[in-house]
Amino acid sequence: MVKKITTPLTEETVAGLHAGDSVLITGTIYTGRDLAHKELVDAIEAGKDLPFDPHGAIIYYVGPSPAPPGKPIGSAGPTTSYRMDSFAPLLMEKGLKGMIGKGNRTQPVLDAMKKYRAVYFAAVGGAAALIAKSIKDARVIAYEDLGPEAVRELKVEDFPAIVVNDMYGEDLYEKGMAEYRRE
Amino acid sequence: MREIAFDTVKDAVAKLCMDANYDIGDDIIAALKHGLEIEESETGKDILKQILKNNEIAHDERVPSCQDTGFAVVWVEIGSGVTIAGGELNDAISQGVAKGYTDGYLRKSIVEDPLRRKNTGDNTPPIIYIDIVPGDQLKITVQPKGGGAENMSEVKMLTPAAGAEGFKDFVVDRVRRSKANPCPPVIVGAAIGGTFEKCAMNAKKAQLRKVGSVHPDPFYADMEKELLERINKLGIGPQGLGGRVTALAVFIEAFPCHIATMPTAVNMCCHASRHKTVVL
Ligand code: SF4
Repeated sequence: MVKKITTPLTEETVAGLHAGDSVLITGTIYTGRDLAHKELVDAIEAGKDLPFDPHGAIIYYVGPSPAPPGKPIGSAGPTTSYRMDSFAPLLMEKGLKGMIGKGNRTQPVLDAMKKYRAVYFAAVGGAAALIAKSIKDARVIAYEDLGPEAVRELKVEDFPAIVVNDMYGEDLYEKGMAEYRRE
Repeated sequence: MREIAFDTVKDAVAKLCMDANYDIGDDIIAALKHGLEIEESETGKDILKQILKNNEIAHDERVPSCQDTGFAVVWVEIGSGVTIAGGELNDAISQGVAKGYTDGYLRKSIVEDPLRRKNTGDNTPPIIYIDIVPGDQLKITVQPKGGGAENMSEVKMLTPAAGAEGFKDFVVDRVRRSKANPCPPVIVGAAIGGTFEKCAMNAKKAQLRKVGSVHPDPFYADMEKELLERINKLGIGPQGLGGRVTALAVFIEAFPCHIATMPTAVNMCCHASRHKTVVL
């Protein structure tokens, strides 16, 4: 069954999500990867405002390909999440409720998800042209000089993702692999 | 001597960069469809469907199948009877890559220096491997290689005593430890023999084989089959979320080696295994 959810994520929405759920996300999400995360965390530490309101926000780890003429964005699949792990807990402390990427997170991030009641979604790595179809509008809102790594505000409709880690500590990577292991 | 114009090479390389990124090979599509038939996990099936649909969109709309359009690895076989008129072969390839990545709206993912990390802006330099062969033709293969799967690759200098079991365990273990990171289902390039660097290179070259092709040496053909079965019992599944289809193929490349050594290497590639070839 596919759950439709909208942004910003409320406490209630997050509480209703469980590892293994397929979701379609509609609303506004923000992009950021390696360098942007460093900038965001530097801004928090310097006491400056973030380029977007982190409360209930979802960050998508992506560095899209350039937009061809007539399209809001190029191909836009997830990048590997663990590179953002040293920055993610602080963002959750500031209100971040969702992260979209691919691949396993490290323990401090898993702990922070429970503590701050947040959720980690996987998008299908390499399904970048398909995912781009759900992105209706894209606008650079910070760090334009970072090129593909700039922070963008995306308007998405039915963005396809799967809940991997929920706020209850369930982990679909662990669960799924254990279920199908035949060694 | 047969002359091939500089611009002919440059334009051919530009087109290969675009085609490789827009068009996933028929062999991979067939393997993904087969995967969909044998996958037991519902999430896994759903992911395989998304990937197949994605590859259709990329082909029809001529957009990159993955946003990580990779490092351009270029394999060249140049006939000894060929000269490039109007410039150097390396420059023609490099300029072709810059043109392909710029005109084709492909992502520029290369930084000038690994520590100072400033983007070069046009995805150059490419990685070029040149072989001189008999004849008067020029064969060029462009293999864009994404970073996610590359990061899960490894070279290991085993001792000869480790034998076939040591090699096989290393390959399976490398996939096990990679989990979701190389975007499974993966294509595993596994090399054994040669020197340290030759082995790594062969692991990458192995991925140019067609999925479904059988190794010409029955000894390695059996080993590829065995490894694929073992890997698909790991349970990693599509995108690492659990399932049967972890790898679409295992390709082994063996090369003579020194009496004291047994280099082994695994180069991981995602389902977006991209490569296109032209013969000029
Ligand atoms: S590993 Fe492959 S499919 Fe995954 S993001 Fe990288 S290039 Fe794309």
